Amino acid sequence: MLLVEQFLFVYLNVRKKLILDPLIFDLTLNRLCQQLIENHRDFSESVLVGMQPRGVFVAALIHKKLEEKLKKQLPLGMLDVTFHRDDFRRREIPAKASETKIDFIIEDKNVVLIDDVLFTGRTVRSALDALISFGRPKKVELLVLIDRKHTRHLPIAANYVGKYVDTMESQKVVVELEGQEFKQNKIWLSYNK
Amino acid sequence: MSRLSQRHLLGIKNITSEDIELIFDTATNFKEVINRPIKKVPSLRDVTIANIFFENSTRTRLSFELAEKRLSADVVNFSTSTSSVKKGETLLDTVNNILAMKVDMVVMRHASAGAPHFLSRHIKANIVNAGDGTHEHPTQALLDAFSIHEKLGKLNGKKVAIIGDILHSRVALSNIFALQKLGAKVMVCGPPTLLPKHITSLGVTVEQEVKKALQWCDVANVLRIQLERQQLKYFPSLREYALYYGITKKMLDELDKEIILMHPGPINRGVELSSDAADSHHSIILDQVENGVAVRMAVLYLLAGIREN
Repeated sequence: MLLVEQFLFVYLNVRKKLILDPLIFDLTLNRLCQQLIENHRDFSESVLVGMQPRGVFVAALIHKKLEEKLKKQLPLGMLDVTFHRDDFRRREIPAKASETKIDFIIEDKNVVLIDDVLFTGRTVRSALDALISFGRPKKVELLVLIDRKHTRHLPIAANYVGKYVDTMESQKVVVELEGQEFKQNKIWLSYNK
Repeated sequence: MSRLSQRHLLGIKNITSEDIELIFDTATNFKEVINRPIKKVPSLRDVTIANIFFENSTRTRLSFELAEKRLSADVVNFSTSTSSVKKGETLLDTVNNILAMKVDMVVMRHASAGAPHFLSRHIKANIVNAGDGTHEHPTQALLDAFSIHEKLGKLNGKKVAIIGDILHSRVALSNIFALQKLGAKVMVCGPPTLLPKHITSLGVTVEQEVKKALQWCDVANVLRIQLERQQLKYFPSLREYALYYGITKKMLDELDKEIILMHPGPINRGVELSSDAADSHHSIILDQVENGVAVRMAVLYLLAGIREN
């Protein structure tokens, strides 16, 4: 029996490896918030924008922590990039759009774009394109929880990174967030696509 | 699912309620886009669309053209008054010539019912029906249903009265199909001469008194008297029509509930709608026009997204 359990344990860990457990996840968010405060001080000229679909949950977590730390209300938006993607008419099924909500002015503001995983960089490129439709920000920065190294298709880098992970293109980073009705915030590296 | 079941939008009759829901979801996103400071997205930048109008149109054509331009498509316009159709070219030849210039989508209005259906059997481009004779006008029905959805939420169980010239109206037929697919109850109201025979076989109720129809419904969609399609006299005079079937603000205020007033345009003020009714708080006529662009963007976007194999 023990042998079976051991085998299962090893097997499951090979298929799916935990790269951020709930404790480290929380510490990472705290560190990212400190880094943001270092650069943006009281956020009087800065705004947060989460990228659909999963970046908005990360943005909500960061937003909550920053408001607690700074003891003030901060603007938070969400941005959907579906209509700005470069693979429209090139994929089998068109991507489904989600809500965009930026009900503040980004003109001349420092915008922090927030996403869960930075992979090829194509989504970020689309997001930069989409963001410009709302005005001309003073500066745009990128915050990601996971930066997958050596997978970029475009010259794009993040300013704030939760964790760098060495991955192969065939692997997948699975993000489970409480905001998406998972029990705990966890990030996995999955070996089968 | 995030794709339509059809390659063309020929009529509401051919599409499913899931298709309609998908178009509504996408239109909601596009409505946000057209309220941005920069109202343009690059989605259709590699798509060329021909607007082929064999019949007059201002609103629909402008709305389609704006939708296409806001999606960054290349647009060519064509109307019969300035074209070789006058010289006797057939519909298929005309369209094939346009398609030979590498056009990907065709938006077409034609005076004959079924013209876009005929074309869809012969050409490869995606076709959007912008009105075929007295048959269907699918994008109008979609934007009407979308506007109701926006005001009242889910259409399931809502009561919609379509009032006016039902016989000559493609808007009426498409509206009936769309509303029924979404679960709404539909009533048609108008003079007996302007109601098609056997209309009840579509599952709609018929009412001849406009006051009773208004009392029954949550939404009144008022249609224009299409004098240009009427070869016979269907009623004695416009004055008499206005007297018996015209809707005034007083009639709306006297109801013991709030109803929504819609009109697909162009309005004949003083005939089917009095000026004070058209401009009253009941009216969502200009919301319909705004939603028209968003809904057409959604239709074009979703059709263009279907990949050819």
